[in-house]
Amino acid sequence: MIATLAQRLKAVLPDQAVITDPVRLRTYECDGLTYHRATPGVVVLPESAEEIAAVVRLCQEFQVPFVARGSGTGLSGGALPRSDGVLIVTSRMRRILDIDLPNRRAVVEPGVTNLAITEAVRDAGYYYAPDPSSQQICSIGGNVAENSGGAHCLKYGFTVNHVLALELVTPDGDIVELTELDDGYDLLGAFIGSEGTLGIATKITVRLSRAPETVTTLLAAFATIEGGGTAVSSIIGAGIVPAAIEMMDALAIEAAEAAVRCEYPAGAGAVLIVELDGPTAEVARQFAAVERICREAGSFEIRVAASAEERAAIWRGRKSAFAAVGRISPAYIVQDGVVPRTALPEVLAGIDRLQEEFGIRVANVFHAGDGNLHPLVLFDDAEPGQGERAETVSGRILDLCIEHGGSITGEHGVGVDKSRYMPRMFTDDDLATMQLVRCAFDPGYLSNPGKIFPTPRLCGEVPRVRKGPHPHEAELF
Amino acid sequence: MADEALASTGVTLRPAGAQDAVAGVRPRWVALPESTEEVAALLRVAAERDLAVVPVGGGTKLDWGPPPERCDLLVDLCCLSEVVEHVAGDLVLRVQAGITLETLRDRLAIAGQELALDVPVPGTTVGGLLATALAGPRRFRYGTARDLLIGITVVLADGTVARSGGKVVKNVAGYDLGKLFTGSYGTLGVITEANFRLHPLPPERRWVTAEYGTDVRRGRELRREFPVDPGPLLQELAASQAEPTAIELDWADSGDVYTLSVLVEGAAAEERAEAVRAIMTGAELGDKPPAWWGRLPEHVTLAEIRVPPGVAGQAVREVAGADLPGRRLRGSAGAGVFHLGLRDGAGVTGIRARLAPLGGRVTVLAGPDGGADRWGPIGALGLMRRVKERFDPDRRMSPGRFAGGI
Ligand SMILES: Cc1cc2nc3c(=O)[nH]c(=O)nc-3n(C[C@H](O)[C@H](O)[C@H](O)COP(=O)(O)OP(=O)(O)OC[C@H]3O[C@@H](n4cnc5c(N)ncnc54)[C@H](O)[C@@H]3O)c2cc1C
Repeated sequence: MIATLAQRLKAVLPDQAVITDPVRLRTYECDGLTYHRATPGVVVLPESAEEIAAVVRLCQEFQVPFVARGSGTGLSGGALPRSDGVLIVTSRMRRILDIDLPNRRAVVEPGVTNLAITEAVRDAGYYYAPDPSSQQICSIGGNVAENSGGAHCLKYGFTVNHVLALELVTPDGDIVELTELDDGYDLLGAFIGSEGTLGIATKITVRLSRAPETVTTLLAAFATIEGGGTAVSSIIGAGIVPAAIEMMDALAIEAAEAAVRCEYPAGAGAVLIVELDGPTAEVARQFAAVERICREAGSFEIRVAASAEERAAIWRGRKSAFAAVGRISPAYIVQDGVVPRTALPEVLAGIDRLQEEFGIRVANVFHAGDGNLHPLVLFDDAEPGQGERAETVSGRILDLCIEHGGSITGEHGVGVDKSRYMPRMFTDDDLATMQLVRCAFDPGYLSNPGKIFPTPRLCGEVPRVRKGPHPHEAELF
Repeated sequence: MADEALASTGVTLRPAGAQDAVAGVRPRWVALPESTEEVAALLRVAAERDLAVVPVGGGTKLDWGPPPERCDLLVDLCCLSEVVEHVAGDLVLRVQAGITLETLRDRLAIAGQELALDVPVPGTTVGGLLATALAGPRRFRYGTARDLLIGITVVLADGTVARSGGKVVKNVAGYDLGKLFTGSYGTLGVITEANFRLHPLPPERRWVTAEYGTDVRRGRELRREFPVDPGPLLQELAASQAEPTAIELDWADSGDVYTLSVLVEGAAAEERAEAVRAIMTGAELGDKPPAWWGRLPEHVTLAEIRVPPGVAGQAVREVAGADLPGRRLRGSAGAGVFHLGLRDGAGVTGIRARLAPLGGRVTVLAGPDGGADRWGPIGALGLMRRVKERFDPDRRMSPGRFAGGI
């Protein structure tokens, strides 16, 4: 069947845009979460919304599932392909279509990288605010699908707060525009973060933000993680909303040191990176307060970036953290749990207990300001049983997050990886209700099936209206 | 009998009176539930008895929008008005939907915090604000309710209780039903609880206010030096690194002078407000807002205009040029959202046609529509209908209260 479909795909796309060669197919077998793998049935590289619509319509005709893929940096297996389906890759849709500074917006194709937008407008004094650490590579389409955040989302919010309109190909193969200007249900907001299960974004209008007048970055070293935690609470308690507050523990610092020689203060049990930005006068006042708070919380060394280079040096250790643990451990699992900020000390103590109980090391890197933890669970896949133990620890950490009123994912998405944890956070009714949205968009269950929800809801026919015909049925389709 | 079935829920009930009419349609009963479970019990009965249901918050906007096709049961959320949880250290809040924004403001102020949303109409409840997606001046900085909403509890037409999101600010687990219910006008179900992200109360607030002549009626001498088109000034203000929170325009009388007022809040507000004043010729700086700040213009018919922010100035000029008797214009010029008060709905079609080339939308929120489509074109209406069909297949939730008969 896939072979027949591939033939038909070649009729709607240029030959070289349809990949069936097994070796080439294998390059798409996983996303950033490499332990979930599947060779896609066929891969297409469309160049326009119309081409994507044509592909989706063929998938409907053949009743074959399709999965969208941007840059494949996702960390929840969201872009894991289906061997019985089509993988729609947006890497040939990389044009910035419009930069409109008076309206403070840009219109881009989904394959454009996050950073490319900022690079295109930086000289004019603007930037695109959401800044996932993967921003050099990840695509804006992937960001929309995951509602990606970044270190600076504490102050500026997530992708959903910065996307003004979307063109999408619905799972029926129609091209529809969702815009914040429309009245009615916020479908734009509902689509963002739906992980490719409600259709494929083909054109994205993003808000451009004015670059702040001043940015000040401070690195504070603490003997213990508790000291850092106290500083975070006091900063928030003082009514300050920094652009970012990031924390790393000793093990994460050790890894970063080994990987990029970030030269954080020796002997630190934790480092805190606090960035303030905004009007110069405002930042100056808040900065004095932050510095004082860090000292009062026991910081033994504070460094303040005096230049863009020094700022980059402070951030280098933090931004490299995920990859860096590869230097101190053969394998690792990245978690993405969230806890209310006030529960951080308890949850970190809980993670410590898990490390002891299972003999597994955990390096902690987190967006401390919003309680988003990225524990890196380290293990040696050559040692029998370690992988399973790491997996258990990882799951227990999510349980801790849920127990404290948090979430199983702050920014990486549910994908295939965390769908089995969804029932721990939501009731059956919650999940069934969410899937009503899916049934409205994708009743045939072909758009990235098997992601987010552990058990699909059967949609059935569009429910019949009991009392007479819909008054506006005629103009419906 | 439906009477008995409703009574069997134990929820406080009373027969509806004329004052309970929803855009002229009088329900049969009014129910006053005190919990999400009570709302669910009511809706289960409504499902069994095929009753049409309209949820109501403060009742401030009941005469807004088109009338429901039918309405048996008004679910009044006035008694669902508790703060369920406020953890100051986490800057998050969980409230029942019937609480008014004013009550909330007073409660949060004690902790030095606020929900950074304005109160568009006195008495507006959290649920009403979400259902109508109305926002005030500070949308320029903080966005609208959907941007601060982090979790929601809803009861569907069949009585199912569903939650999404949670009480942490950062959370991408599952679909965001909160977004879906924002702007739903009661047509998808009843919102019973909402969780929000809070902000610290700004230590200082300053308003920079100036009057400008307009380019209509050039015959009279103008009081101030002014840019003919407010556009360039709005651009400069929006890009100002003093980072204003709101940029509001008021042109709510028939004269040829309009007022711009800019809010600067937070640390060093005074210094930053001075920087704004340097841009605005002849402006005055104060620590109180002008009297009209954040209020809807007087109206018989009330329309909302939404344009991309870069053409806000042009939109003002289009309004100036249109024949709109009794026109009063006010709104968030920095964000491109205005409210237009009219003597009747006669000018709506015309102003919609003028703004369409700018990518603008005009919605009639309240009052006679003068024969115009209240909502104007909505690109995703087809998808919205499909959502409605899934959530409320029998069309019993506020039927007809939203576009296209939804
Ligand atoms: C080193 C590293 C650091 C990271 N740091 C962060 C971080 O700080 N913050 C953060 O939020 N994430 C982070 N991530 C995760 C990841 O980069 C983001 O989730 C990103 O948005 C994925 O983009 P992508 O283009 O790689 O998407 P992919 O991995 O290709 O796909 C992700 C999901 O999006 C769907 N999708 C892709 N394109 C479309 C489209 N056009 N329409 C609809 N659905 C589509 C896919 O089906 C899939 O479900 C990090 C990842 C890595 C490897």
